[in-house]
Amino acid sequence: MIRVVLPHHLRTLARVGDEVQIEVSQPITLGAVLDAVEATYPALRGTIRDHGTLKRRPFVRFFACEQDLSHEPPDAPLPAAVAAGAEPFFVVGAMAGG
Amino acid sequence: MSSVRVLVGTRKGAFVLTADGKRENWKVDGPHFGGWEMYHLKGSPVDPNRIYASQTSGWFGQQVQRSDDGGATWQPVGNEFVYDGTPGTHQWYDGTQHPWEFKRVWHFEPSLTDPDTVYAGAEDASLFRTTDGGKSWHELAGLRSTKGNLWQPGAGGMCLHTIVLDPTNPDRMFIAISAAGAFRTDDGGKTWQPINRGLKSPYELPDPDAEVGHCVHRLAMHPSRPGVLFMQKHWDVMRSDDAGEMWHEVSGDLPSDFGFPIDVHAHEPETIYVVPIKSDSEHYPPDGKLRVYRSRTGGNEWEGLTQGLPQSDCYVNVLRDAMAVDSLDECGVYFGTTGGQVYASADSGDTWKPIVRDLPAVLSVEVQTLR
Repeated sequence: MIRVVLPHHLRTLARVGDEVQIEVSQPITLGAVLDAVEATYPALRGTIRDHGTLKRRPFVRFFACEQDLSHEPPDAPLPAAVAAGAEPFFVVGAMAGG
Repeated sequence: MSSVRVLVGTRKGAFVLTADGKRENWKVDGPHFGGWEMYHLKGSPVDPNRIYASQTSGWFGQQVQRSDDGGATWQPVGNEFVYDGTPGTHQWYDGTQHPWEFKRVWHFEPSLTDPDTVYAGAEDASLFRTTDGGKSWHELAGLRSTKGNLWQPGAGGMCLHTIVLDPTNPDRMFIAISAAGAFRTDDGGKTWQPINRGLKSPYELPDPDAEVGHCVHRLAMHPSRPGVLFMQKHWDVMRSDDAGEMWHEVSGDLPSDFGFPIDVHAHEPETIYVVPIKSDSEHYPPDGKLRVYRSRTGGNEWEGLTQGLPQSDCYVNVLRDAMAVDSLDECGVYFGTTGGQVYASADSGDTWKPIVRDLPAVLSVEVQTLR
């Protein structure tokens, strides 16, 4: 199982707690995890990635294992510790000042 | 016993305010969707417990929430708004053409006859419709083909913010866009025509009476007289007696004819309300006095309504979707401010009281009269 930590507003939207566990088929890539998150929680479609293009929304970031994975392509494999369920994958609302 | 339910959208959540028909003691419920920008909430006229809400975020985009129990509980429905065909371009701030990009829903207008049918006014300016209770949305693209390449955003974005349905003709609808103007369809949204003759925008447009490009802030209509329209334009309060074919100015003796909302009394089609704002550069009331102005003559002659409203040091704004009227025997009038106050009058505007004082900035106010 892949551990995913969502930002506050997406937790309330999906009605989940601090961390969710998602089953993702191999290979464990960035795109596969996001596909699985959206399939499990349809209310999150369009909130992390744009409808249609599936491009990351500008103020959303992806972190894992102290790395910024925001600019990785969808087929990029996630770190082994995430794939093994030892570390969570973070979806983060970017700092936007103010 | 009659009651009223006021739906308030704010920068940081939605609130549901309820009272009995006396409108003296209020219950405040919320925030719903705390932290999200709630642009607009509106209930179905045929099923008041069915409410649609536009929930948006600069981070996470557009959501549409639907309640089937009067706002007690909510469910997210469809949030995919895709322009029909090749989106094309519109005028940009620098004079170049810019691709249409969906940003958010400013306004929902539920059908007068079917609770599953709702119109959505969006930024970048476009009109969508659902016929399945919000699950799916489809653009009425004929509107953007009405010289859409000449439309351009105002400072607040290029938004379709007003949708007025003709209760006597299901094929007729009026919409308004900042900054494109007012438009009318007579065939259910397939084709549209600009209805901006008589508008003059000498300080905003190189051609003051251009066919499109005017910054219309709001339209209002009394359901008993669907051919009579009132408009708060960027500057000027306007009136049309022929469904928008021609407009004439009725600003009369207002202290300022700049403003955002305009509304019509529930039982007196010639009684209208505006909230004068000092200028397009200074979005607050003239002289620091928050005054609603009422005309009982369909414009031109106005009286300031001040009782219960702050008459010194008040520098809030009242946004275009933040005024509403109920239809109780003694018409109630409501408006919200960017300072977070929601004011109510249970006597057609003669006296006012705040329902709440310290909400986040109010974006929209709607009221449902429940019998």
